[in-house]
Amino acid sequence: MTAPRVALMVTCLGDVFFPEVGVSIVRLLRRLGATVEFPPGQTCCGLPLFNSGYHTEARAVAARTVALFRDADNVVVPSGSCAWMVKHEYPGLMQDPALKKDALRLSGRTYELSQFLVKVLGRRGFRATVGGRVTYHDSCHLLRGLHEAESPREILRNLEGVEFVELPGADECCGFGGSFAVRLPEVSSQILAKKLENVEATGAACLVACDAGCLMQMGGGLRRRRSRVRAVHLAELLDGGGA
Amino acid sequence: MSQADLSVPFRQRAGSAMKDAFLQEALTIATTKFIGLRREAFGDFPEGEKLRDVAREIKEATLQHLDRYLEQLIDNVERLGGKVHFASTAAEARGVILEIARQAGARMAVKSKSMATEEIHLNEALEQAGITPVETDLGEYIIQLAHERPSHIIAPAIHKTKGQVADLFSKELRRTVAADPEVLTKIARGELREKFLQADLGITGANFAIADTGTIVLVTNEGNGRMVTSLPRVHVAVMGVEKVVPSMTDLMVFLAILAKSATGQKLSVYTTLVQGPRRAGELEGPEEFHLVVLDNGRVDQLAGPLREALDCLRCGACLNVCPVYRQIGGHAYGHTYPGPIGILLTAMLSGPASVKELAHASSLCGACAEACPVRIDIPRMLIELRREVDETKIAPRTERAVFKAFGRLLTRPVLYRLAARIARLLQRPFVRDGAIRSLPLFFGDWTRTRDLPAVAPRTFHERWKELAREAPP
Repeated sequence: MTAPRVALMVTCLGDVFFPEVGVSIVRLLRRLGATVEFPPGQTCCGLPLFNSGYHTEARAVAARTVALFRDADNVVVPSGSCAWMVKHEYPGLMQDPALKKDALRLSGRTYELSQFLVKVLGRRGFRATVGGRVTYHDSCHLLRGLHEAESPREILRNLEGVEFVELPGADECCGFGGSFAVRLPEVSSQILAKKLENVEATGAACLVACDAGCLMQMGGGLRRRRSRVRAVHLAELLDGGGA
Repeated sequence: MSQADLSVPFRQRAGSAMKDAFLQEALTIATTKFIGLRREAFGDFPEGEKLRDVAREIKEATLQHLDRYLEQLIDNVERLGGKVHFASTAAEARGVILEIARQAGARMAVKSKSMATEEIHLNEALEQAGITPVETDLGEYIIQLAHERPSHIIAPAIHKTKGQVADLFSKELRRTVAADPEVLTKIARGELREKFLQADLGITGANFAIADTGTIVLVTNEGNGRMVTSLPRVHVAVMGVEKVVPSMTDLMVFLAILAKSATGQKLSVYTTLVQGPRRAGELEGPEEFHLVVLDNGRVDQLAGPLREALDCLRCGACLNVCPVYRQIGGHAYGHTYPGPIGILLTAMLSGPASVKELAHASSLCGACAEACPVRIDIPRMLIELRREVDETKIAPRTERAVFKAFGRLLTRPVLYRLAARIARLLQRPFVRDGAIRSLPLFFGDWTRTRDLPAVAPRTFHERWKELAREAPP
């Protein structure tokens, strides 16, 4: 098999707040034999604009993202919500027929990280970068948008060096919801508080998620309550070696 | 909290609801229970998933020819001796019902639980006309005693703990009543028996109306629906235009999934089929039967952006799973229909401006769409409403300016990267240990309860050049 070519869509939150996640992904994918590219000039997928109803603006952002990733074989995204935006909303947003065609093609080649590892590369066995107990939060867009519950769990269950435990209410929203978190901060925070009580009850050292938005929300909440639990992106746990 | 004051911003209404310890206790217990029961009901019913698709197809196909099915329904109800009244607005519907009551010389009306009558504010109208409405569903009876409005589509008193209900009954009856659901139910039953016998008018909603037989279907649990439809001399059923389904065969599909979605029951305790008034030789049933068919903004949406909301069965499953509803309950929404579907129905009844805040009362987590028996894509329509609120300039000017500026930034990569650098400079006084604990202005809405990650010392863009060199040859 020739080395797969991967274009990384690092996303705005990944770029600005969590660059180490992108770095982990690049190194991991290279160790798995992939060639990794980073199309320059990328910014954000446009989901915050789209979800708030600013569709003209979202369309402009989406159009240039489609153009930037036109030649990519595979696009890997570290966030389920951004992957969902590209896969599910881009084609409908494009008005120009040529762009729509490109958007449809891009939609078929875009993967959230865990999906790419398990379903495209067929890799399930990894060594962990840390030890101890870990638990997993299903990001809403990954779970109910991309219908992906299994790939991250398959990786975590097989992850050498950690013990995976299910999080009660793993499929319930963390209360992030983009601008929702600041439009209705009290509601968002109460949803978060209930989520974090469940997280702490698992006794896990790490709370894993596959979405920068959820990690910002849950990580921010855990730090504020001086919890010993750390919120980490799946990529940060994977050493890339192993089976 | 009995009824939200709409002059208070939604955020504050939600905040007050979250400070109400009774409400919080009641909501957590009830929604958690409903979620579990629904999950179990469908877990034991593998064919449920397919039936949900079929139900959705039936709804869509019926809406496609709604005029035809309504005509058929009307013909059949009239053939059975009933009278059909069409009401374009809530006011028209109230007028029709008051006229029926006047002609019947009614002094008291017993009611079975109906959201359509809540929607048209029928009780207030009856009271003003000197007719006493008596709610006979236990939950509705409770909130009528408390002078409140339903806070859930199927569990109107979901916001009350059993202790609160016992206090309410004690006050009403001037004696101490135990906080025991069985005792409370017995008391309500005793009180209501007399009313059923006294009332001249029985008022119900309709869960379904069967076009080819002219049958009105009521799905209930307490038996009160049967009393309301059989004891009073006159029965009035109020239904939204979208409640019509073509045939009994279709009805079976809906009955197989409705109670499972609503309460986790295989079927509700009572499924009451009403066909016109009492016929010669029949022992029970009303002398007159009236069907009020209500538009109130629905017909416009047949070809509108909220069309899918016309598929709604009013099961309340989307409320139970909604993380927002579960924190704030129904009253904070401030309208007849609460929860995710309620936002859409409010927009349908009162226009998009009425939901400019509520359209954002969702994290778009999608739990509602997943729980919906007919798979209504509620998040998508909420986004559509947000778009309408933005494009018709109902959204606040500052918000629109911020999002438009954000959009411009995201299409200009050089500016975008510069903005990250500027943010990194500006954040300096606030950063400790890679995170920000407190920020001024509206940023405080984040940092009041959560740390904010600091803009990284080097963004991914800034690290890429180095990272590119690491690549194996």
